Amino acid sequence: MQTMMQQMINGLSLGSIYALLALGYTMVYGIIKLINFAHGDIYMLGAFWGYYAINYLHFGFVGALLSAMVMASLSGVLIEYLAYRPLRNSPRIAALITAIGVSFFLENGMSFLFGANARNFPQVITTKTYYFFGVGISNVQLLILFTSLVLMVLLQFIIKQTTMGKAMRAVAVDPQAAQLVGINPDHVISFTFALGSALAGAAGVMIGLYYNSIDPLMGMVPGIKAFVAAVVGGIGSVPGAAVGGFLIGLLETGVQAIGLSAYKDAAVYLVLILMLVVLPAGLFGKRQREKV
Amino acid sequence: MLEVKDLVVNYGGIQAVKDVSFRVNTGEVVALIGANGAGKSTILKTISGLLRPRSGTILYEDKNIVGMAAAKIVKMGISQVPEGRHIFAGLTVSENLQMGAFGLKDKQAASDQLAVVYDRFPVLKERLNQDAATLSGGEQQMLAMGRALMARPKLLLLDEPSMGLSPIFIQEIFDIITKINEQGTTVLLIEQNAKQALAIANRGYVLASGTVKLTGTGAELLANPAVQATYLGVQPAT
Ligand SMILES: Nc1ncnc2c1ncn2[C@@H]1O[C@H](COP(=O)(O)OP(=O)(O)O)[C@@H](O)[C@H]1O
Ligand SMILES: [Mg+2]
Repeated sequence: MQTMMQQMINGLSLGSIYALLALGYTMVYGIIKLINFAHGDIYMLGAFWGYYAINYLHFGFVGALLSAMVMASLSGVLIEYLAYRPLRNSPRIAALITAIGVSFFLENGMSFLFGANARNFPQVITTKTYYFFGVGISNVQLLILFTSLVLMVLLQFIIKQTTMGKAMRAVAVDPQAAQLVGINPDHVISFTFALGSALAGAAGVMIGLYYNSIDPLMGMVPGIKAFVAAVVGGIGSVPGAAVGGFLIGLLETGVQAIGLSAYKDAAVYLVLILMLVVLPAGLFGKRQREKV
Repeated sequence: MLEVKDLVVNYGGIQAVKDVSFRVNTGEVVALIGANGAGKSTILKTISGLLRPRSGTILYEDKNIVGMAAAKIVKMGISQVPEGRHIFAGLTVSENLQMGAFGLKDKQAASDQLAVVYDRFPVLKERLNQDAATLSGGEQQMLAMGRALMARPKLLLLDEPSMGLSPIFIQEIFDIITKINEQGTTVLLIEQNAKQALAIANRGYVLASGTVKLTGTGAELLANPAVQATYLGVQPAT
């Protein structure tokens, strides 16, 4: 029972990181039907920015988190502008291949500039673990959970209540009609990349604190897992991505807990395959309801 | 107000609009009629800036708007209700209308206009928090029209507003178009429902295979035997 509770807490902490990442995948997919393979690398950029901001600019956690969100946003918007926008009217596969290219470019570019080796993430917060009935929860885990929830609520508010959020949903369902009411889809797409990338940047800083180690390839595996989370939730669905992220986090720690650590990644990919076979629309996705 | 000159629009190699010219004067209702595939929707999409013409000019208030971004054209006062309505599914009725006012910077003007639209379409007010996708076809048409009116257009483009509606709704939609026009909005109306369109139009143009075949006042076209035979289903007298 205690181990289970413990794994729950670990799973939720990790899951909230996946959820933040999955939200970016799903929003971008919702609006331009692109699986942005470079999204995991934005998370890496966020972590690196956090590293330098704390070490050299002497930022605290909040400063590092917020500035990493801003930097990640700018990177995401720039990548969209330079790499994806010129392909807006090309076949989808062209943008997909470009996204993979951007991902390699960021991973190798960062390795070249800063070295490929892993480095310790500065621990701006001294980890303290609190025990309740033998179940440990650290202040870093609490911070991750709290920050992620705040960001998700904020995102939900932006999407549901603000004009730009409504325009995002409008462009996602009908880009031509959106243009006919005077929405410039390019602006909305930039906004979407900014939001999604900001969440990835925040996730990068938090994972740095949690795992205490960052490297230029750190975005690859979490990126894929977050993508799986987005598919599980139903790609394009915002609540789905959040729930999917938590589920994948729980699954991963659960598999570890029963002594199958070596298979934790395989388990996630198995879920992807099963999901695509059994419920391709995901938990919250729309069943095929294409308009004619 | 609007003058389309020598418009040619292609889809890849296919020429959908071949050398079309027509005009819409301030205050008029002008009908463009023609069979399916005649190029009517293509013309409207080009006016709205969704398509770029191969050649030709579109003068709106004496400015050539060819090549301008769709959003800019809406701001200048041209709104379109597209064929098939294209309301934003998943957004509520009131959110759809709010999106209609996207280009209006003046929040007061937007809320005033919302009152005007609710007044014109009371059914939308009853359903304001409902997902737009759950509306009936006729209600969706009203929402699409209300959404277009939210931008306070000077020129309203309507692409087959009566398509797929029951006769009772069709009559209502045509009545509403007349009222919108009486309140000062110029209307360019596309219809396959030629009879009712010509009945409310000041002038009309008959389009076939991408060119203007005939033009005249609404009444003249209604009385024209060729129009009657082709578009109104009237058998020629023997
Ligand atoms: N997206 C498109 N791609 C290629 N051809 C098209 C496209 N849309 C319309 N067309 C063609 O252009 C012609 C005119 O179409 P359209 O303007 O929709 O006619 P209408 O609105 O009068 O029914 C038709 O022959 C149609 O098949
Ligand atoms: Mg048409």
